[in-house]
Amino acid sequence: MATFFGEVLSVCSRAVEEDDEDLLEENEEDEQIRRELEEKREVHLHWSPEVSDSLKSGSKLQCSDFILAVGHNAARFLSVHVLTSANWDAVGHASVWNERSRAATGQTSEECVFYRQKDNPSVLICQVTCYVAEDQLFQWTEKVFDCLQHRELNVTVLSDSTVAEYKTADYVSCSSAPFLRSLHSGAFTGQPVCQSLEQPNIVTGLSAAVLNHCEVHRIAAVVYQCYSDVIGLDSVTMETYKPALTKLGKSIQLDPSPSTDVLRKFVRNTNIQSNLYI
Amino acid sequence: MFVSAQNSAPCFKDFTLVMPAVAVGNVGQLAVDLMVSTLNMSRVGYMHTDCIIPMAGNNPYATCKEDVEELHTPAEVYTAAELKLAVLQIRAPIIQTKSKKFRQLLVSWIKASGFTRTVVLSSSHAYQRDDQQLQGTPLRYVVTPSLLKGSVDALKELGWRELERVAPFPGLTDANTEPRLYIPGGGITKGLYTDSCAEDLPLAVLLLFCSEGDNIPDAFTLVNHLNDWLHLLDTPSQKPNQWKIPTSWSLLFGSGIPPALF
Repeated sequence: MATFFGEVLSVCSRAVEEDDEDLLEENEEDEQIRRELEEKREVHLHWSPEVSDSLKSGSKLQCSDFILAVGHNAARFLSVHVLTSANWDAVGHASVWNERSRAATGQTSEECVFYRQKDNPSVLICQVTCYVAEDQLFQWTEKVFDCLQHRELNVTVLSDSTVAEYKTADYVSCSSAPFLRSLHSGAFTGQPVCQSLEQPNIVTGLSAAVLNHCEVHRIAAVVYQCYSDVIGLDSVTMETYKPALTKLGKSIQLDPSPSTDVLRKFVRNTNIQSNLYI
Repeated sequence: MFVSAQNSAPCFKDFTLVMPAVAVGNVGQLAVDLMVSTLNMSRVGYMHTDCIIPMAGNNPYATCKEDVEELHTPAEVYTAAELKLAVLQIRAPIIQTKSKKFRQLLVSWIKASGFTRTVVLSSSHAYQRDDQQLQGTPLRYVVTPSLLKGSVDALKELGWRELERVAPFPGLTDANTEPRLYIPGGGITKGLYTDSCAEDLPLAVLLLFCSEGDNIPDAFTLVNHLNDWLHLLDTPSQKPNQWKIPTSWSLLFGSGIPPALF
């Protein structure tokens, strides 16, 4: 594609190159490597013994509310405002390996954790802060939802996004970010707490995979996408999610004003990489 | 893979299926958008598969406030019953390692549904054309033997150009090598065509040579070309454009410009 200044840029084409037929005539070694890589990329769910036992007999977890946080701000919001009370048990985690995973195997367990409320075990929370690759999104969603009973299930997804991805005819000035936009499945009958996501904006990643699953299986689900102009953890961005959870007030105890100690523990200062371009 | 959006499965017997290939310029997909938008087609089901990258958004064909908040997924099937037309719209790229699986799923679904014919709207890199192809129309077609049987006369009357086969090793004058079908930038088009030949499916590919950029005019060219054959719109081609652009086509090149820039 030629630009305005006459230089020619190699554009990342939206098209996919047609399959090279030679790929199909792989030798055994290539086949094996490919298979091993596929196995390594499989999503695995690890539940606590208690939960594993209840799932063993083929039955599903009783779940009335499933809250999923995708991204660091969404996850930290739940940590600070909901999970600090002693009322939550960590009941499982998902291991997701892909090209962006950090080398140390021990760290993956912190990046996708499931929590269940002690006195109301039908409320499940999941925080996902790792990168789930495009070919793993569907698998993650199917595996998680396979463990949950679908009847009368309500799904709420809090998802981080950057305001650079938000398209609007009027330029979005910095003062309006961060803000929320919502998308919901056909089965959702409630009232979202913010404006619906306008055309031509779309949602991708784990929130999209979950929405697709809920739409097709007629599960009530709503995604609250937060568009922020700050990359990384930010308390203002985290606060933007509050209205989304106040709606669930009956099932979830929301701590409206956590102490500064708690906040300090969770909101790390972004490291200044270079002072050259402040 | 196909999940009905209604309580009962829709019946596709005697229907024509039109579907896009995710290809250069997304021309096929844009053309299908025009069809769904103009013919007011209704969604009858979803293609729920792990072969397509997930995405979600509100109704891309919304015309009034009431139908704006309707969730749409990356692959959906729409129908216009009065035209006996079904359309599969694909809105996201097909995961590379799963393209063969996706083609197999499509072929089985097409067979099981009983479509009388399938039309794949596709495109190919314009820069790969040879000297002959640089002249004349940028539109081409290919049909499977099964469809050729019933459509020879129609195709002759339309005066369409069949896609030329290319030498597998250009430059080598080895007479033993058969010319082969080559659709660079066409995504799964060639694979789907070959699979359909093997399964004896009546399938036609309509493609356009184009480049990445503003592909809206290309979409109009392709959909009008299809209309010449299928007569989806009653208006003759001399009349001004009758295709309705959907709301999802706004802001194709990004948001509004910040006033502070000036």
